[in-house]
Amino acid sequence: MRLKSFPGGIHPHDEKHYSASAPISALPTPQRVIIHLSQHIGAVSSPTVKVGDTVLRGQVVAVPAGFVSLTQHASISGTVTKIGKFLHPTGIMSMGIEITSDGQNQSVDMPDNPDYMSLEISALKERVSAAGVCGMGGAGFPTHVKLSPPADKPIDTIVLNGVECEPFLTSDYRLLLERAEDILHGLRLLMKIVGAKKGVIGIEANKPDAIELLQKLVANQKDLEVVPLKMQYPQGAEKQLIYAATGRKVPAGGLPMAVGVVVQNVATAVAIYEAVRYQKPLIERVISVTGSIVNKPMNLLAPIGTLYSDLLEHCGGVSAPIGKAISGGPMMGFALPALDAAITKGSSGLVLFDEKAAKSMQEHTCLRCARCVDICPMNLMPSMIATAVKYNDLDMAVKAGLNDCIKCGSCAYVCPAQIRLVQWIDTGKIRYAEAQRKK
Amino acid sequence: MNIKDNLTVSAAPHVHDKSTVKNVMWNVVLALVPALIFATYYWGIRALLLSLTGAVTAVVCEALIQKMRKVPITVHDGSAFLTGLLLAFNIHAGAPFWLPIVGAAFAITIGKQVFGGLGNNPVNPAIVGRVFLMASWPTHMTGGWIAAKNSALSGLNDLTRIATDLQTLSPKAYELVTSATPLKVAQTLRDSSFVADINAQAGGLNLSGRIFSSLTEMETLKSLFWGNIGGCIGEVSAFALLLGAAYLLYRNIIEWRIPLFFIGTVFVLSFIFGGIPGSEISIMLPFFHIFSGGLMLGAFFMATDYTTTPLTKNGRIIFGIGCGLLTIIIRLVGGYPEGVSYSILFMNVMTPLIDMLTRPKAFGKVKK
Repeated sequence: MRLKSFPGGIHPHDEKHYSASAPISALPTPQRVIIHLSQHIGAVSSPTVKVGDTVLRGQVVAVPAGFVSLTQHASISGTVTKIGKFLHPTGIMSMGIEITSDGQNQSVDMPDNPDYMSLEISALKERVSAAGVCGMGGAGFPTHVKLSPPADKPIDTIVLNGVECEPFLTSDYRLLLERAEDILHGLRLLMKIVGAKKGVIGIEANKPDAIELLQKLVANQKDLEVVPLKMQYPQGAEKQLIYAATGRKVPAGGLPMAVGVVVQNVATAVAIYEAVRYQKPLIERVISVTGSIVNKPMNLLAPIGTLYSDLLEHCGGVSAPIGKAISGGPMMGFALPALDAAITKGSSGLVLFDEKAAKSMQEHTCLRCARCVDICPMNLMPSMIATAVKYNDLDMAVKAGLNDCIKCGSCAYVCPAQIRLVQWIDTGKIRYAEAQRKK
Repeated sequence: MNIKDNLTVSAAPHVHDKSTVKNVMWNVVLALVPALIFATYYWGIRALLLSLTGAVTAVVCEALIQKMRKVPITVHDGSAFLTGLLLAFNIHAGAPFWLPIVGAAFAITIGKQVFGGLGNNPVNPAIVGRVFLMASWPTHMTGGWIAAKNSALSGLNDLTRIATDLQTLSPKAYELVTSATPLKVAQTLRDSSFVADINAQAGGLNLSGRIFSSLTEMETLKSLFWGNIGGCIGEVSAFALLLGAAYLLYRNIIEWRIPLFFIGTVFVLSFIFGGIPGSEISIMLPFFHIFSGGLMLGAFFMATDYTTTPLTKNGRIIFGIGCGLLTIIIRLVGGYPEGVSYSILFMNVMTPLIDMLTRPKAFGKVKK
């Protein structure tokens, strides 16, 4: 069978062997967590607790500041010890609520509701929103917003993202293997909420066991389909995944709903299922701690807000000095300045490089070899955008595709001159936004 | 735990496919080695020495100029070596040694460094060097060929076997087939007064048609393919060049569009327009044209130069077709028997325009 995919893209070594075979295991309750107020795209959540308050696991600690915003919950029970700036997994300092554990790990009531499927759609949406669910693949778009498409944009298909195309990461893979049924429950809920008739799960061919398992589970369900995809980065990017899994092309500058599709990560599907059935807020997630120097690479179920240093300690530390600590995958993740950053709802992994792998390369002059143009999954001209940004020609940068870039990093990956194309393009995006504001 | 404070912080992506400029350039040099071996076999050690002279001159010149410009010396990246080698490949094995020296020096200084070095030159530096030599010392560039081992100069072995006959039939025709490259023979036969002359000398025989058809005989094509012919060092063997090209395509160092459309255009157009009056066109004529002269070298190794060719995929198709079209025009009706380097040079200059006109539409962008 010919596997489906999308035009362009690259084939980095998948490096998933470090943690692929480690079953999901729960991290013992950490001593403290930091609940960041900005774990998502949209307005920063407003705290509802103050220093000294005691909180239960699952209790609301911050409420959304607008529609495109998110509710945040305590992920352990204990005392609020500080509200201030903490290191965010994107490497910046950002507002958060520090909770110090009382060692009890007492939760709010999470009643089982086995008949959850018969709830009204509005009630389902309400539960998702109250649970503070956002996209868990990285970008962190608030799920309740995605599930409220305008009436003139009917959704007929839900695409679940089980691609996990970033090298090293295995958290979604373990979920597919260990929580397959819950993922399907989540998919059914998503379909009900937006009125979609079809559910598609895209999984890359490097996870044959997951494909087989899911295919077996959906065998008698005609409206669900598992689509095996050819291994290709960045297949997990929304537009690329939609094209690969359904053949539909999202218009440039448009959203998936324009072609009747909503995409959700498989981890998000599980969160939605738990939010609806148990009214369980999104307070924990599976995260891979991996890399050649990690002593015991693992897939940990950890409370949101756990410090990376605590995760690593649980994995037995490292066998050689760390050169680079990446929050997320190595293609789009952020290099951390220190390990005391706290994980957010979108944190899928901690990847550690030794000093040799961390060495940054010397940037050379562009050869115009066009490799970046050939592999750009968005069909842009990355080298030309970078050059235009370098010479401050924003018009040219936009013509070459500045605003359509998804920053997947494929171009920088293949550049023989080691030009930091994504960094240049990002600089261009910032300059462009500034120029627009001035207008 | 073994955690240090000074973690490296840099922008994503944090992994790379490990390709480097150096790797690319030396791989292209490696791909030219088969051609160099064939040239040395057919023309002796002189071919090898001339090639190395060009390459070393280029490296020395680049280092000197970079020192003068007070920029880092980057000759280890192989790009200057490659330019020098390609320049020498455009010179025949009988040329004097100062020729590749002057040519490579000009290629590197005027063709490349004047514009700021690697990545900034508007046209292929090796071709700049060759064109400079052609314009300045045409007699050295085109005269004084040495014959390949076991071969007549033109490679038209079939004809030279009857050369004694030919000599008595038509001295003019004899001179042509024994002194020029096959392409020159093909071009000269398109000259109707020449054709009339030799046919008259032969007493009304269709001598022109006889010579023309010999160009496309298996024997001739074999010589062209394996390299048992007269020509420049690097034009020697289509086989050796194809071997190197296959390696570069396999390693993803060159891309197929330019060579395919370049050679394809020559193939098709030579079949349509390549005939001569009073003679039938052989089905093998396109093969004669694609294996002759500098086409293989030009299409795979010079028209694929990164810096001077279009960035866009469609642009590369236009570039290839343009090169093929110009090559055929020059070969059939031009002032030179061979047009590969001039056509590439011309298309190099068109590259910015082609890039501008073929800018790709972003994924999902609707045509307006």
